[in-house]
Amino acid sequence: MEKLRYALFTGCTAKQSTPEQMMSTMAVADKLGIELVELTEASCCGASHLQDYDDFLSLVLNARNIAYAEKHSLTMVTICNTCQLNTAMTKHRLDNNAELKAKVNEKLKEVGLEYKGTSNVTHFLYAIIDDFGLDKIKEMVVTPLSQFNIAPFYGCHNIRPSELQNESHKTPENPYNPTSLDDLIIACGGATVDYKEKNKCCGFHVELQAPHTAAVLTGTAIAGAMDGNADWMVTPCPLCHLKLDTQTGHASEAIGREVALPVLHMQQMLGLALGCSQEQLGLKHHLTKVDFV
Amino acid sequence: MSTHKITTQKVNFKVFRFNADEDYLPYYEDYNMEVTSEEVVLDVLNRIKWDHDGSFSYRRSCRHGICGACAIKVNGRSTLACKERMHDMTELFGAELTLEPLSIKRAVKDMIIDKGDFWEKHDAIHPYLISDVDEHPEHEHLVTPHEAEELLEADLCIQCGACHYACPVVEINDDFFGPAAFAKAYRFEADVRDDAHTERLQELHEEKQGLWDCVKCYECAEVCPKDVNPIDKITKLHQMLFKEGVATSNVATRHAVGFLHSIKKHGVLDEGGLVLYSEGPGIVKHVPVALKMFTKGKIVMPWNMPKSDNLDEIQKLVKSSSTAKF
Repeated sequence: MEKLRYALFTGCTAKQSTPEQMMSTMAVADKLGIELVELTEASCCGASHLQDYDDFLSLVLNARNIAYAEKHSLTMVTICNTCQLNTAMTKHRLDNNAELKAKVNEKLKEVGLEYKGTSNVTHFLYAIIDDFGLDKIKEMVVTPLSQFNIAPFYGCHNIRPSELQNESHKTPENPYNPTSLDDLIIACGGATVDYKEKNKCCGFHVELQAPHTAAVLTGTAIAGAMDGNADWMVTPCPLCHLKLDTQTGHASEAIGREVALPVLHMQQMLGLALGCSQEQLGLKHHLTKVDFV
Repeated sequence: MSTHKITTQKVNFKVFRFNADEDYLPYYEDYNMEVTSEEVVLDVLNRIKWDHDGSFSYRRSCRHGICGACAIKVNGRSTLACKERMHDMTELFGAELTLEPLSIKRAVKDMIIDKGDFWEKHDAIHPYLISDVDEHPEHEHLVTPHEAEELLEADLCIQCGACHYACPVVEINDDFFGPAAFAKAYRFEADVRDDAHTERLQELHEEKQGLWDCVKCYECAEVCPKDVNPIDKITKLHQMLFKEGVATSNVATRHAVGFLHSIKKHGVLDEGGLVLYSEGPGIVKHVPVALKMFTKGKIVMPWNMPKSDNLDEIQKLVKSSSTAKF
């Protein structure tokens, strides 16, 4: 197989509040022989909040990010569900509206860039499943996670709106019965936990605006995984991770029950199975201690 | 001639049964039925009533996706019963389907719920055109195709409640207006003939009903049988608040604008800076968690903030492409 190469859009948290996500992404890519070209020029995607303020500006900024991936003639991979949503949404809107695309390009021209629509945008999880293949992952597992019940937490912005999301990857995902993360868990040798919150919202986007709502959603998600007898949770989204890992205090208070589980980024789970070290995966950066390794 | 093939399949329906007048607790009854791929969920509801139990209750009327009466939940997914085919349901969920009312806590009898909260919130946004119309107008009130397009999607809403009872915030916060009411508000806000534009926006912006509490989960967009895309309309209302100068400074509006400040300065988001800008003095409540995060290497100090390469490009684009003011 030819070496897989992607343009990596790290998003903002990977360089700030979830450094372990950046570390584990690079460690896993290295193990799998995937080359990630980091888009160091990229700006924030707006996280659906700049979009509440200035729609056009957020389109221009996201188009600029994609334009840099196009310059490398590479598919852009994201490692944050919300980056994925906003970037894919921009791509969808520009690819389906010539007038809007022209308007955006008029602005990009000022800085010598052009959005063409030639690069696909996909989350690292789907790049691994679609392009690398889970069968190959299975062959490469050196430390099967066979003693663990692992609860997948998908994160809204990888699975909804499904029409948009399914444009960006080959393996269709059913938002009511998503399977990608379950399949990855199984490929790593683990057992998956089925629980009804696995495709629900973590509350991240209203943590400041509606703290009670956010905390109830976080608490309910962790409680669901605990009741499903999970040893730990895994997520492809750093924002979900922040909620589930760092907000257990507020979450427990909001639902009137002590909840906490170790939560791994999907890259960390894969890294463990592939034999990466704890240091490489940044496990010491978690607030809820990863005590099973 | 169509080559489409109709198939049959055995499906086990686990059906929510409850009579608020008689039952202390709801229970589920199993119905094993052979269904064809072309039948819709409403056909199944009819067959349960006609062939199995005449007391089984549900709402139905038009059978054509217009009246919005028959929305229920299939395996937890809000579904307009007269629209969704068995073929699609079994493809989504397999041959074991659970039929429940849109909201179990509001159940009155079987599939029938008390939709009072939905209608109350719907009423509260003044879901009608407010306009001083001359008794003897001299010409029509012209609306251009472009202006009509702005409200077209939102106008398709049939008030079925599918999105309202799929919304996680509605479940948690009784005051939250919900996606349907907000989408309906947008429908009139976007109507050039409406004169109550600013007043309605101002009312919507009041904190209690939670225009800013949407969690952005896209559950509403996923379930809407008419493709109203309510979250898109909520986003458009947010943009409108700024565009019309109605937005006042609160944690939510500062949070949205805070992204612009960060991007202008760093290209990327300054996480700490954003929380400080959004919360103001309220930031003290985040200190205990922030301290823990700091000890785990999760907080970047201002002097170490990463910056995007070619930041000048981003700054230039922010200057030339900004369309909103605060």
